[in-house]
Amino acid sequence: MGRFVIRRLLQMIPVFLGTTFLIFFMVHMLPGDPVRAMWGDKAVDPAQLASIRHNLGLDKPWYEQYLTYMGHLFQGDFGTTMGNRKVLDVITEALPVTVRLALLAFVFEIVLGVTIGLFAGLRRGKSFDKGTLILTLLLISIPVPVLGFIFQTVFATQLRWVTPTVQDSMNIGQLVLPALVLGSLSLAYVARLTRTSIVENIRADYIRTAVAKGLPRRKVIGTHLLRNSMIPVVTFLGTDLGALMGGAIVTEGIFNVKGVGNALYHAINLNEGATISGFVVVLVLVYLAASLIVDLLYAVLDPRIRYA
Amino acid sequence: MRGASQAKWVVAAVAVALAATACSSGGSSGSSGSGAVNAQGVFSYQSAEPQNPLQPANAMENQGGRITMQLFKGLVDFDPTGKPRNQVADKIETTDAQHYTVTLKSGWTFHDGTPVTAQSFVDSWNWSANVKNNQINSDWFKDIAGYTDVHPEKGDPTTDKMSGLKVVDDTHFTIELTGPVSYFQYKLGYVAFAPLPKVFFTDPAKYGQNPIGDGPYKFVSWEHNKAITLASYDKYAGVDKPKNGGIVFRNYTQADAAYKDLVSDSLDVLDQVDPTDLASYKNDLGDRAVDQVQGAIQNISFAMYQPEWQGVDKAKVRQGLSMAIDRDTITKTVLHGSRQPADSWVAPGALGYKAGTCGDFCKFDPAKAKELIQAGGGVPNNKITIVYNADGGHKEWVDAVCNSIRQSTGVDCLGDPKPDFKTARDIITKKQVTSMMRTGWVQDYSVNANYLRDVYGTGASANDAGYSSADFDKLAAQADKATTVDKTADLYQQAETQLAKDMPAIPLWYYKTNSGYSNNVQNVKFDNVGNPVYTDVEVKQK
Repeated sequence: MGRFVIRRLLQMIPVFLGTTFLIFFMVHMLPGDPVRAMWGDKAVDPAQLASIRHNLGLDKPWYEQYLTYMGHLFQGDFGTTMGNRKVLDVITEALPVTVRLALLAFVFEIVLGVTIGLFAGLRRGKSFDKGTLILTLLLISIPVPVLGFIFQTVFATQLRWVTPTVQDSMNIGQLVLPALVLGSLSLAYVARLTRTSIVENIRADYIRTAVAKGLPRRKVIGTHLLRNSMIPVVTFLGTDLGALMGGAIVTEGIFNVKGVGNALYHAINLNEGATISGFVVVLVLVYLAASLIVDLLYAVLDPRIRYA
Repeated sequence: MRGASQAKWVVAAVAVALAATACSSGGSSGSSGSGAVNAQGVFSYQSAEPQNPLQPANAMENQGGRITMQLFKGLVDFDPTGKPRNQVADKIETTDAQHYTVTLKSGWTFHDGTPVTAQSFVDSWNWSANVKNNQINSDWFKDIAGYTDVHPEKGDPTTDKMSGLKVVDDTHFTIELTGPVSYFQYKLGYVAFAPLPKVFFTDPAKYGQNPIGDGPYKFVSWEHNKAITLASYDKYAGVDKPKNGGIVFRNYTQADAAYKDLVSDSLDVLDQVDPTDLASYKNDLGDRAVDQVQGAIQNISFAMYQPEWQGVDKAKVRQGLSMAIDRDTITKTVLHGSRQPADSWVAPGALGYKAGTCGDFCKFDPAKAKELIQAGGGVPNNKITIVYNADGGHKEWVDAVCNSIRQSTGVDCLGDPKPDFKTARDIITKKQVTSMMRTGWVQDYSVNANYLRDVYGTGASANDAGYSSADFDKLAAQADKATTVDKTADLYQQAETQLAKDMPAIPLWYYKTNSGYSNNVQNVKFDNVGNPVYTDVEVKQK
């Protein structure tokens, strides 16, 4: 087990280097000069342009910029934005917001998704199962912006329960609505995955044995059926946590949540290489950690899986 | 029974779908009568994260610019109609438009309590003009004698003081320019010319995050990417004392999110209505909707540097193309009345604006258009493309303009979208456009010279078309040497007639301010560049 974890941690290093290099390179290849764009339609003073570019280190060739960046990164220095702020500050402002939002959505999709999936699986072919099918199909087929718009209109403009956008991004209560929108798609996937898995496993030999042993139904379902059915769901949830953190750009935009998605969108618009790379570094770490945890959870869920 | 239960669920699904669509439009149209006013009330305004620290000469984009303008006041500023008025200056005297003597009013203080003196201005300008201090607006000081010493084209500055600025005493200083600039007083209204307190120079980076100015509002907090909060300054000595307690510049990445907040009274004053809500905003907001012309123009320019667009006859082709565009219909339908058809190269409201300098060439006349294009030898390859940036909401009108040209003249016309503003600018400044490009101009100061010299003068750095006309340049040079601003405006008006003859850029329309405000505020007016008159906004008693 320990050796497995160490091996996985070591494997992260090339993945980490590769992704940061790719992102840095791609940002650099984007057309357009971010410093020139500060002047907009207006006339540019070439001497000032050159001086600012020099100050930001943008006049050096890209590989030199990359080496400098990586050198600083290993010392914990994420660089500065073009507005001369520390990228680390930008990240530490945005990350807590997105962690809150993503965890809310995550809890929501696990609790609701697994429960719905479980009951649909147990009542296969009954009206609850069919209702679940319709509901999940509906959620999967409605694009997030549409769902966000419907929620905004119904709950804010019509019912006036909440304000249309989030006024304070750190307030958990205000983040509930965006979290519902953000988690709804994954909720549908989780419910469907759980249901299928339950339907498959309910006919398995060990369940029949457990029932024959005379175990109470609650225990059969709880410890034997549900636990063994969770492996595909956990696989999905692991990658989904990363997706929720980085992929909330649309939801954060609709509800004006000041999280990672929002900051990333802003940085991409301004072509700020350092900020984009900084966020991607953090997201890569989140992904890697989540996938490691998923692998370890397999062993916990299914005793037949062993890591050496 | 199986069939029946399935049908039940289908009905339920349809009901959900119907309920979802039924709640698509709402909004209230309330009227805003004047109620009791809370002088300490704070209102919120739709904004976005400023790109740079809040230093007077470092705010080129709108977001930082309008916040800086509330924090700092210079010698003069502009009233809501765009006319200059004295603020810190008591008087600015000159006889030759080259040598100026400035007298300051006493009683002005910075937000940290220190007095605003002649030295505050001179230090500020010297610092901002210095190329080493990396201020975006540093070339605003280029008229001042000695500018090239602090801001050489190459290499390091030889000194940190411009020789053209001399402090006489606390309330007097003199400015010497390299030549006469009759509208220099208009330029002084730009926020880059604001004074800076002594403490600023001890740590400019720190005071860019935590600015201390002399304007109607003082800085309270900057929550990055969220909001910037200002509070009214009770010792403000200007003529426009705030009628409210402060402003929260709230950050929105999406304009339609801000609009929804406004409709539900969670946001007080809107910057600009997003394109999707333009059709309905007057209905939603009733008499809280704002619709007025602002000092900005949209053009499409020709790549005059391409050989096939040169030659005397090609001017006729360009005029013909201008006449092939149905500006009235496009502004009414595609743009939902958010623009006003242009009939000159200068937006109304600017000093020296004259209606109709474009004449018949800006009137829609397909028959005449065809005739002119033929007389000029036709459009090269009978095809034009219009380069524009796809991230600015331009696609709809570019396509409409192309349709109009195609239908009325048979010339093939296509939009050529570039992914974003930076990319489009890159192609345009490198002069790689093949036939046409979108160009726009937002005024820096309210004189026609700003719309003309800076855009159409030979070699002017915003001259994207690469236009060069000896006649235009001659008149512009005369105008710049004039000693009164009225004379300058007059001469530039003459220079503008040359543009109608050559048509390097087709004026399309003027921008309008399409905005609105919530039920919580009243007396919201907008100035001629589309900013609300912040100090006049009154917050209603709750």
